[in-house]
Amino acid sequence: MEKLIVSPSPHQRGNSSTTKIMTLVIIALIPSIIAATVIFGLRALILVLTCVASSVLFEFFCRKIMKRDNTISDFSAAVTGIILALNFPVTLPLWMAVLGCFVAIVITKQLFGGIGQNFANPAIVGRLVLTLSFTKEMSTWVKPFWYSSADLLTAPTPLAEKWLVSYSSSEGFVGKISPPVDYVDLFLGKTGGCIGETCAVAIILGGIFLLMTRVISPAAPLTFIGTLAVLTAVSGGDALYHILSGGLLFGAFFMATDYVTTPVTTKGKVIFGIGCGLITFLIRTFGAYPEGVSFAILLMNLLTPYIDRLTRTKPFGMVKVKEVKGNG
Amino acid sequence: MNIRSFNGVHLRHNKNTESETTVAFPLPARVVIPMGMGMGEPCVPLVSVGDKVFLGQKIGDSDVFMSVPVHSSVSGTVKEIKNHLLHGGKLCKAVVIEPDGKQIPHENIKPPEIKTTKDFINAIRESGAVGLGGAGFPTHVKFSYDNHVDTLIINAAECEPYITSDYREMMENTADVYDGIKLILENMHINRAKLCIEKNKPAAIRLFTRMTAKDDNIDVVTLPTRYPQGAEKMLLFSTTGRVIRENQITSEENALVVNVSTVGFLNRYMKTGMPLVSRRLTVDGDAVGMPCNIEVLIGTTIGDILDYANAENYRKLIMGGPMMGVCMSDPDAPIVKTHNALLALKSDDTPVSSPCIRCGKCIKVCPVNLMPLELEKAYNTKNKEELLALRVNLCMNCGACSYVCPAKRPLAETNCLAKEFLNVKSPKEMIK
Repeated sequence: MEKLIVSPSPHQRGNSSTTKIMTLVIIALIPSIIAATVIFGLRALILVLTCVASSVLFEFFCRKIMKRDNTISDFSAAVTGIILALNFPVTLPLWMAVLGCFVAIVITKQLFGGIGQNFANPAIVGRLVLTLSFTKEMSTWVKPFWYSSADLLTAPTPLAEKWLVSYSSSEGFVGKISPPVDYVDLFLGKTGGCIGETCAVAIILGGIFLLMTRVISPAAPLTFIGTLAVLTAVSGGDALYHILSGGLLFGAFFMATDYVTTPVTTKGKVIFGIGCGLITFLIRTFGAYPEGVSFAILLMNLLTPYIDRLTRTKPFGMVKVKEVKGNG
Repeated sequence: MNIRSFNGVHLRHNKNTESETTVAFPLPARVVIPMGMGMGEPCVPLVSVGDKVFLGQKIGDSDVFMSVPVHSSVSGTVKEIKNHLLHGGKLCKAVVIEPDGKQIPHENIKPPEIKTTKDFINAIRESGAVGLGGAGFPTHVKFSYDNHVDTLIINAAECEPYITSDYREMMENTADVYDGIKLILENMHINRAKLCIEKNKPAAIRLFTRMTAKDDNIDVVTLPTRYPQGAEKMLLFSTTGRVIRENQITSEENALVVNVSTVGFLNRYMKTGMPLVSRRLTVDGDAVGMPCNIEVLIGTTIGDILDYANAENYRKLIMGGPMMGVCMSDPDAPIVKTHNALLALKSDDTPVSSPCIRCGKCIKVCPVNLMPLELEKAYNTKNKEELLALRVNLCMNCGACSYVCPAKRPLAETNCLAKEFLNVKSPKEMIK
């Protein structure tokens, strides 16, 4: 007879897995991908596929070079690729998108130890590095449905100039200026912006899916959105407009809920959300920069270890002692 | 009644044997009776090779308070006294007896005379009783408290999957359980009892609710099915709101928690004087052809039981439930007092672990609100201060964290290693 297996308890495990969680996130992102394709054309889909492919390949080769187990099958690289692509304008040259994936996967994720170890959300770092390096390309916004009124355009060429509208990002309109776009258009995503950020309906659908499957907790998204709304309303701005415009909804549901770079306890998530809302408000209202959400999440990512330390759970039956000494 | 909730986790019950009436297991060809079963100091054998012993005869005892005497489960001849490996890796003696098939009871077996609480506790010690729920805490030690206890809690939660031995005790030995509760209340001068049963045992709840309808001092409490509901701390909290703090024992919170099968046994002992020589065991698992409940003599080897229950192609043998049970390396090991279930599993699905993604599920399910992911980090960096600050000593190793972890981290295992690393002998030593 074969030898009996001896292993520590528990001898049964639940059926959750990292791959399953990432698959659910990908499913939740599908409405946004569809919306992006409908609103910004096939090139949006090409952008998404390029980012997914390059993210997965970067992860694959990175692990190979570092002689580590390969982790592409956990789909986390694919998720990063999709989220990053949805943070780009549709006209972004593909090589820049690939560079963004390099920053996200290789520099932010793998060099810090791979999944679970990154200090900040890879997609956000990728996006911000591109924003700072290629400001023009990263803030060139086209009108929705631009593709249906012109020949097939795959990149912003001088010929396409007439369809390119230099909106400053919709986040640029703040304060008491009356909204240039009506709420229904904002809700449906018929506005300029990053391909995944404009369509509120699609993002909310995905967010609800993640909440219902318990992949994410509502703590961070709700406090993030709530804080921004309250601060905007108090300062006399248009709260609903602020919620529906820019990267807020996408950031709140898909990036402020990243497990690795946000606090683990509900209390911590609430602090994280409030912090994100506050920083976004400050940047949008007083900053020179139109994009507030990414910076807010990045800054709070960096504070996460400290928030975690301050929001530890209180063990059941714990007796407080003035000084605990390790005397083992 | 107000039931308080704790974190915990919902498991598939797999109570396949809940309607299997207990069958007396046939007399084995030999029994191996270890001198140490459950917690406490192992006994010293009182017999030597070649001695003739009788059923219920005391064959091992000790002067140590935290120790329970051992009795022969058969009448027969002592064949061997050998070393026996305990779960923790320590050795103790085990008496091997060849039964003569007659099962003649020892002449001293008669109901104990009880006049005082002290007599009662002495009788409990002589009965060889330990907690039959699995932990095996010596019952007489549990009953020897100084505090005033106002509530007796009968633990019939049986929250681990598969196991139905406590449930069958309630269904088959209903009168013993009922009388046993009254016996303890009376002899320990406790005012009220709560019989706590998880919701997935409706028949037992109905039966006892009917039985105790006229007893003002006995409540039947229906608990939600949530693992680890049957852990003493969780049970006390959900039924009374009392919190057992670090370094405290249950009686300091004025409660006495006793397993339901132990209650049934104590009543039988007080009636007949026959000590703990057999117990009910659930046999189940995917390698078992005939899942069943058996009344088995202490010392029967696992192999005999596996043959009886048509177990085939098993790779893993677990004594106890799948969440906290202990793996056996040897099918020749005997059944001891603390074993409430034997699971034979075909495959070892010990999963491959991947890096922690900080999903925080382990924190959400920990019944005592620990942070297993932080504990793992602290242990991996061998950070003693951090392990103490995070209260690894409060971990009861229920395994809920490992169960839910999507990355399949060995969290519960790490906590065990961490406690060993701190070399903590008792929680009292940890905090100065």
